[in-house]
Amino acid sequence: MIDQLVIPLVKILIVLNATLVGVTYMVLLERKVIAWTQSRLGPMRVGPYGALQPIADALKLMIKEDITPVRADKWVFTAAPIVAMVPALIVYAVIPFGDTVNLFGREIPLYITDINVGLLYIVSVASVGVYGIILGGYASNSKYPLLASLRASAQLISYEVAITLTLVSVILVAGSLSMVSIVRAQESAHVWFAFLQPIAFVIFFIGGLAETNRSPFDMPEAEQELTGGFHTEYSGMRFALFFLAEYANMIVVASVATTLFLGGWLRPFPNVAWLSFLDVIPSWTWFLVKSFGFLYIFIWVRATLPRYRYDQLMRLGWKVLIPLAIANLVITGIVKVLLL
Amino acid sequence: METPTVHHGAMFDTNELVLNMGPQHPSTHGVLRVVLRLDGEKVVDADVVIGYLHRGIEKLSENRNWTQIILLTDRMDYVAAATSNVGYCETVEKLMSLEVPRRARYVRTILCELQRIASHCLWVGTHAMDIGAMTVFLYAFRERELILDLFEEFCGARLTYNSMRIGGLPLDIPPGWDKKVLEFCKIMDSKIDEYETLLTHNRIWLERTRGIGVISGPEAAGLGLCGPVLRGSGVPRDVRKDEPYAAYDEMTFDVPLGTSGDTYDRYLVRMEEFRQSLRIIRQAAEGIPDGPIVGKVPRLIKPPAGETYHAIESPKGELGFFIVSDGKSTNPYRFRVRSPSFCNLQGLRRLVRGHLVADVVALIGSIDIVLGEVDR
Repeated sequence: MIDQLVIPLVKILIVLNATLVGVTYMVLLERKVIAWTQSRLGPMRVGPYGALQPIADALKLMIKEDITPVRADKWVFTAAPIVAMVPALIVYAVIPFGDTVNLFGREIPLYITDINVGLLYIVSVASVGVYGIILGGYASNSKYPLLASLRASAQLISYEVAITLTLVSVILVAGSLSMVSIVRAQESAHVWFAFLQPIAFVIFFIGGLAETNRSPFDMPEAEQELTGGFHTEYSGMRFALFFLAEYANMIVVASVATTLFLGGWLRPFPNVAWLSFLDVIPSWTWFLVKSFGFLYIFIWVRATLPRYRYDQLMRLGWKVLIPLAIANLVITGIVKVLLL
Repeated sequence: METPTVHHGAMFDTNELVLNMGPQHPSTHGVLRVVLRLDGEKVVDADVVIGYLHRGIEKLSENRNWTQIILLTDRMDYVAAATSNVGYCETVEKLMSLEVPRRARYVRTILCELQRIASHCLWVGTHAMDIGAMTVFLYAFRERELILDLFEEFCGARLTYNSMRIGGLPLDIPPGWDKKVLEFCKIMDSKIDEYETLLTHNRIWLERTRGIGVISGPEAAGLGLCGPVLRGSGVPRDVRKDEPYAAYDEMTFDVPLGTSGDTYDRYLVRMEEFRQSLRIIRQAAEGIPDGPIVGKVPRLIKPPAGETYHAIESPKGELGFFIVSDGKSTNPYRFRVRSPSFCNLQGLRRLVRGHLVADVVALIGSIDIVLGEVDR
């Protein structure tokens, strides 16, 4: 009873809340980091050093008037933000945040579940999120969102191909689709997969930027061109859902990258004995630190780079990343057959 | 503009999309409205609609006395107000055949070039912002602030300066001001390199600007384009060199020219103009001569009957004033401004045709307009 119901439910609650808080604070972090890059201070007024800014933002968005344009398709318009948000949240079900911990005499693994097709689950759920953007742009019945959602569908489909191909090469190396087994495989291989699959890692990172609509690939919301893109017509909490979904997706990409390429919750050099004093630090800390590093690079890139143009982005995806990913996959396969 | 065309015969009938960009749009630099006809994301045609900021400055000027007009010229190109002041005052001086003391001409040169840097700072910031590089915007505004501080010290205002008088300057420069200008030059030198590090060799920046909005020299001249836009196409036209005013005949500087006439060349021309401006400011600030700051100006300014046209090189191009005086009243009979932003905007329709929506904002940034000057 306790193992079947109570523990998973508590874990779901914790993960869900941690994610939502993490997402809102991700927004603050982004504003702060970009501000420092640009020699500004960022939010300073709400709470010490702006620490309560996300709460103020959330409150503001909740009490704002929620407008549905008269000519919009009402049901789809309402459903779109939900379709965008839910997949971003349920992906966390299979992400291993840490090793097992001993709590009240029970072995509790720090993930909600470990299904044997975990990676497949992530890829399929994450691609549902695109529908939110497409539906939102379509249902607004407005020109800028429509253009943005057309861009989004083209962009996300092409980059999904590249990303999935890199995932396949990781699966080849790890020999499993389960997220936990992939981490264990890195432990027994004595090396992070980022070093075994450097090309896959780079493609995954670039594709991850494109998948989450982040700069320099933030075409669907290109504020300077499309005045906000697919969420131009949204306001209040529905806009907030799109906004949060974007950041939740960023955290998903960072977590998946950490798990697949940077050894997940493992401490650095898990097989070097004299570093074992590092085991004092709980495993989930390593996971957080690695993901945070990833997210930091996301923000850094946004502060520095100009935006690609839509056709250039497609060219990069189809002519560079996908062929590279395929070549990487084929070579991985050959090496695997010949050497192992 | 005609109604959108419907293309029959393909598997599906396709329809051109009319997209209204502005006047409330983050990248139209004010209240510019562009009506785009799109085929997918490709621009088939563009219609530029202006007039949202028209205040009738030219007509107003015909009902103000000659000194009051200086204040109105502030409100044209509000990011380079001192340049408009100088342009207007010199036109009236030409009409009255007034001799301006050398000291005043030197200070005018410094002010004009400081304004050019301030205006280009705003341009590089917004242009980069339109293409998605947001950090350059904040960096450029940081340096623009230093220039505004210098202006505040000189004339008390930070945006609309009213910094000129017919025949000279309203006030002498504050003691030590020229030293501060030189100090600013030293700071600015390294900051230009900073902007260039972020943009000039950035691959995304190159892809976004190279080959975008190409226009040949003769065509650009034919459209009446001026300033850095014209020089980006390789036409060596710079009023400072061709018809020197203020103290430009005593300064040594180069006029940077582009070769291919695309957005990247216009960018490079302006970046080089930053450096040339600093070069001019250094020469002028080190060599400010002593002497009076106002020439022999009659108490009541009343130019003799006649008309004149005088142009100066504003940061955006050739800023010309055409003034007719009837010789009897204390206000101009006719007042007309040839504003570079307005003339350069003529080229937008030609430039954007065949490009994508994303390039439209890049091109609006590239021709560097200020709507206050377009509409007046």
